[in-house]
Amino acid sequence: MSSNKESTARTLIVAFIVSLVASVFVAGSAIYLKPAQQQNRLLDRQRSILAIAGIGGARLSAGEVRALFERRIEAQVVDLTTGEVSTQFDPASFDALKAAKDPKTSAELPGNEDIALIKRRERFTTVYRLVKDDGSSELEALILPVRGYGLWSTLHGFLAIKPDLNTVVGLGFYQHGETPGLGGEVDNPKWKALWPGKTLFDDEGHTAIKVVKGVAAQGAPHQIDGLAGATLTSEGVNKLLDFWLSEQGFGPYLDKLRRNGA
Amino acid sequence: MAKQASAKDILLTPVFDNNPITLQILGICSALAVTSNLDTALVMAIALTAVTAFSNLFIAMIRTQIPASIRMIVQMVIIASLVIVVDQILRAYAFTLAKQLSVFVGLIITNCIVMGRAEAFAMQNPPWASFLDGIGNGLGYSLMLIALGVVRELFGAGKLFGHEILPLVKDGGWYEPNGLLLLPPSAFFLIGLFIWALRMWKKAQQEPADFKLAPQVKEGD
Repeated sequence: MSSNKESTARTLIVAFIVSLVASVFVAGSAIYLKPAQQQNRLLDRQRSILAIAGIGGARLSAGEVRALFERRIEAQVVDLTTGEVSTQFDPASFDALKAAKDPKTSAELPGNEDIALIKRRERFTTVYRLVKDDGSSELEALILPVRGYGLWSTLHGFLAIKPDLNTVVGLGFYQHGETPGLGGEVDNPKWKALWPGKTLFDDEGHTAIKVVKGVAAQGAPHQIDGLAGATLTSEGVNKLLDFWLSEQGFGPYLDKLRRNGA
Repeated sequence: MAKQASAKDILLTPVFDNNPITLQILGICSALAVTSNLDTALVMAIALTAVTAFSNLFIAMIRTQIPASIRMIVQMVIIASLVIVVDQILRAYAFTLAKQLSVFVGLIITNCIVMGRAEAFAMQNPPWASFLDGIGNGLGYSLMLIALGVVRELFGAGKLFGHEILPLVKDGGWYEPNGLLLLPPSAFFLIGLFIWALRMWKKAQQEPADFKLAPQVKEGD
């Protein structure tokens, strides 16, 4: 049996069988575990939405996150082109990132408009409204999904703003692949704590919020300290905010809210 | 390693006498990266032990069938598959830890301990002994990781498993944490100290000096 072990035919057969068994094993576990992983991803997203809106810590249990999300957060699908709230999708199951990849539900951005380097922008996206706890469904904060390219990776996160549509409640990223210790410091709670209270727009209504190099000027309403050693990640954060607050991003939606009252 | 070694020897020799980290100096990368707190150190230790044990088991089971020309790649296929499965399981059942461990679970594939045991032991030994050898080496790695995790988290953050042990000055306690311990280089110093302590205890592990320092002499004397 082992006399022809080294023959070419034997080698190919062994390689084929090992690969086949390994691939069945890997594919089987991936499929079997997928529902649990999706649950986790959803929960992680809900948890980060609550944290960025300033009402949930990392210590909440899964059940608490679900209950709080259910009670305080209203999701709605928004048409980014017109700024209208759309009712043709179910906000609970609509996947904006999937829509951004589908040519039918997204548009390619020309190079000069694609400042956040996201290549395609979806036509519809999901925004989240944090409502008051008294059941009045009055807006307490508006949570907008944002994304853009940093140094190595696309940063995916949320920007939460007050009903004046100008004051920041929080900014945070739930997924990125920046260098740990440098650009990865976008996750640092101390840096994230610099955001609340800053304002996005100047008196003329232009986007003015900016991560500056070094330390922000004392009391400057639009400036955030830069991340040390992470110029390109800081720049990426600036660009993604510029993009998503522009006419290309949530501009039409925010205009509409301003006119009709948030 | 002797072929007739008892199960107990196979299991326990790698823990102190032939520890993969302190004697063979393997697997240092992940030992630096994941030991700033005990949670991640423990999960990484379990993941690596499981991968080493099962890769050894499967490789030993088919060791007589593997043609020498594709030996390495067959080992890699088995190891990589196991690592992907472990990663998938962590993502399904320990999501926050999987997020913290990020790339390091995937990097178990390139951990020299796994490949080293597959090549050095499982290719020559029966499945059960190989399985025990994998567990033993995993335990040796785990012991070091947990020791590093305890020292780094306790003295770097005043906590163990995220629970406060030494109350920090900034929370009104008395302990001023040593921030260096939370940074990866501190693990280098600690591993060095552990190696020194272990070799003082087990003199057989001391290596002869490669060269002697020449005595310092003043020019012209």
